[in-house]
Amino acid sequence: MEMKMKIKPKEKITRKTNTREMTINMGPQHPSTHGVLRLELVLDGEVVEQVRPNIGYLHRCFEKYAEQLGDYAKVIPYTDRMDYVSAMNQEHGYVVAMERLLEIEVPERVEYIRVILAELQRISSHLLGLGAFGLDLGAFTPFLYCFTEREKILNIFEKTSGARLLYNYMAVGGLMKDVHEGFKSEVTDFIKTFRPKIKELNDLLSYNRIFINRTANIGVLPKEVALNYAASGPVLRGSGKKWDIRRNDPYSIYDRFDFDIPVGTGEMGTIGDCWDRYMVRVREMEQSLRIIEQALDGMPDEGDVTEAVPKRIRPKAGELYARTETPRGELGYYIISDKSGGPFRVKARAPSFVHLSMLPAISKGALIADMVAIVGSIDIVLGEVDR
Amino acid sequence: MGILDKKYHDSNIIIVSLESALNWARKNSLWYEQFGLACCAIEMMATAASRYDFDRFGIIPRSSPRQADVMIVAGTVTMKMASRIERLYEQMAEPRYVISMGSCSNCGGPYWEHGYHVLKGVDKVIPVDVYVPGCPPRPEALLEGFITLQKKITGETLIEEKEQDEEVAPNPRPSEIHETT
Amino acid sequence: MKQPEEIFEYLQQKFGEEGLEFQAGDVGESWVLVEASSIPDMTKFLRDDPELQFDVLMCLSGVHYDKEEELGVSYHIYSTKLNHKLAFKTRVPVDEPHVPTVESIWKTANWHEREAWDMVGVVFDGHSNHRRILCPVDWEGHPLRKDYVQQEFYQGITTRE
Repeated sequence: MEMKMKIKPKEKITRKTNTREMTINMGPQHPSTHGVLRLELVLDGEVVEQVRPNIGYLHRCFEKYAEQLGDYAKVIPYTDRMDYVSAMNQEHGYVVAMERLLEIEVPERVEYIRVILAELQRISSHLLGLGAFGLDLGAFTPFLYCFTEREKILNIFEKTSGARLLYNYMAVGGLMKDVHEGFKSEVTDFIKTFRPKIKELNDLLSYNRIFINRTANIGVLPKEVALNYAASGPVLRGSGKKWDIRRNDPYSIYDRFDFDIPVGTGEMGTIGDCWDRYMVRVREMEQSLRIIEQALDGMPDEGDVTEAVPKRIRPKAGELYARTETPRGELGYYIISDKSGGPFRVKARAPSFVHLSMLPAISKGALIADMVAIVGSIDIVLGEVDR
Repeated sequence: MGILDKKYHDSNIIIVSLESALNWARKNSLWYEQFGLACCAIEMMATAASRYDFDRFGIIPRSSPRQADVMIVAGTVTMKMASRIERLYEQMAEPRYVISMGSCSNCGGPYWEHGYHVLKGVDKVIPVDVYVPGCPPRPEALLEGFITLQKKITGETLIEEKEQDEEVAPNPRPSEIHETT
Repeated sequence: MKQPEEIFEYLQQKFGEEGLEFQAGDVGESWVLVEASSIPDMTKFLRDDPELQFDVLMCLSGVHYDKEEELGVSYHIYSTKLNHKLAFKTRVPVDEPHVPTVESIWKTANWHEREAWDMVGVVFDGHSNHRRILCPVDWEGHPLRKDYVQQEFYQGITTRE
C-alpha cells in the first residue's frame, strides 16, 4: 500500500493571543545603571512602554548638614561628595556663590588656578563617563584606555591637593594652599600627550559601526522638550542648542578665554540622539585643552592664594542663586543667609536630578538594551541626583 | 603555577591537606560582586583598571550575586538600600565574604552626626569580614584589604569546632546502631 | 533683556498692585513675593508673553521659616531667548501649606515639587504623583524642617550609632 503523505497548507494563526505587560526592575544593583538607580520597566515583550525611575537610594542629607554644621567653610567637603566624579567643579560652584554673597574679590592667580583645575576635572569626568558608556555597551578596551589617561590627571591632583578623588582644596576666597612646584610643566606635558589620545578614542569607539548602530537614532531629545525640562550641559547641546554657562552667563574669568561650543548636528542619525550627546563630550575635551593652554599662558607666577580668605565668614542677610557649568550640566546653589555664621538654607540644584526626570519622555518605544544606552548617554551620577 | 613550576627533578605526588588545597584555590580566585554605591565605587573601578590591576590576583568582577564570592560594599549605605543589601547577601552562595570599603560603610563616615537617612555602618545588617578605612581608600588600600582577606581564608578549617559541653552523649553513628541490633 | 525691577513693573501693570511685592536682602538678589493663589495665571503669563518668554525653570526650592511659622517656595526662572532672570517666592502658613502646582507649565517642576513635599512638607495641589522621592515611602516627618526629630528605628534597624 502506498503511504501518501498529506502535506497540509500552512495554517495562519487566526486566534487571538493573550498578551500581558510585564513589570520588571532594573536595579538598584545593576552593572549598567551608574550607581543605585531603580528603573521600573513596563514591558510589552522587549519594548519598553513606560519607565519609572525611583531614586533616593543614596540620599545622604547634604542640605541638612549644610544647615547644621554652622560654618560656611565646613560645607565644602560635603559638596565634593555630591558629584564625586567631578569634585573640583562642585567646589568651584559653591565658592563662586559664596564670593558673590560676601562681595569679595579673589586674586588673579587663584582664578587662573581654579580654571585650570576645573577644566582638568572636566576632562577626567568626561573620560570616566565615556569609558563607562562604552563598557555598558560591551566595549571593554576604551574603558581601560580612558582610565589610564585619567590616572595621569589624578596624579597632578594628588600632588596639588593631597587626595585622588575628593579634594577639599578650594576655600571661600582662595585656595587651601598654593600649587606644588612643577605644576605648570606637568600640566603642559599632560596636554601634549593627551591630544593624540582623543584621536585614539575616536578610532576605537566613536566611529565604530557597532557603536553607531547602538546609539544613533536612540533616545532622541528635541530641543523644545529639552528646554521645558530645563536640560543643560551636553544634554542640551546634543539637541542642537548652543548654550553654555561659561559663555552665556559667565562666572570667574571665563569671559577672557576663546573656545568653541560643540553642538549636536545629527551627523550619524537624528539631532539629539545618544551619539550626538556622546560626541559633544568628546569635542568638549578638546576645547578644555584650549582653555587650559590659554590659562597657563596668562597665569601670574607670583601671588598669595590665601590672602583673600576671610577669617570668619559672616555674610549679611540675603539670598542668591548662582550657577556654574559642570561636566554634567548646570549646577546651581541657592543659598539663604541669615546673619549667623552658618547658612539658613542651602539647596543644590543638581543637573543629573533634572536630566533623570526626562527619562520617561525620551524612551518611548525603546528596547531594554536601548535603555542602557540612553541612561549612559545622559551621564548621571547618583550622588548628585540624591544628594 | 609559579611556586610549583620546574621545582622537581622527577615526577612527584604532592601530598597536602584538603584544607590547604581548598583554601589555596578559594583565596586565589575571589570573584567580587560589583556593588559600587557611591564615591568608593570609582576607586574600586580604578583598582580594576590597568594601573592597579585586580586581575593579577585572580579577582574578576561579576554582575550577579549568585556568581560571586565576595561582596565589596563600596560607598554609603542608606536606610532605603539596607533591606536590598540584606537580600543580595542572602543570594550569595557560601563560602561568602564581605569587604566593607570606605568610612561610610564602616561606621557611617562623614555622615555619622546629622545624617538621618544614612546607616551607620553596614555591619548593622550583614556580617563583615574585612574593613578597609579611607575616604575614599586608595587602590593600594583596597588591595591590602584583599590580601588580608586572603590571609583570613588561609586560616579557615573544615573541621567543626568542638562544643564546650562534653557531658551530652554524642549521637550514635549508623554503623553502631546496626551492630547492636 | 530686562532687569528684575522692570519685570516687576510689567507684572504689576498686568496683574495689579495687590498681591505682588518687590523685596531684596542686604546682599544678593531681589525677588518678587506673590500670593499662592495667583501662581497658575502668573506663571502661564511669564512663560508665554512675548516680552518675557521665561522658558526654563532653573530651580524650585522649599524653605521652612520657623520664626514666622511659614513654609516658602522659591522659584528661579530664566529666558534663553531674551537672556533675563527672575526669582519669585510665595509663603504659606505651616498648618495649611497648599500651593498650586506649576507642573503643566514647566515639566521639570514635577520632581522638584516632589522633593519639596518630601523635605519640607509643602502640598502641591494638582500634582500628578504626589509622593516622596528621596526618603522612603514610609518615612516619618519632613527632614528639612527646623524642628525635625529623627526617628529611632526604621524597619527594625537603628538609625543612631
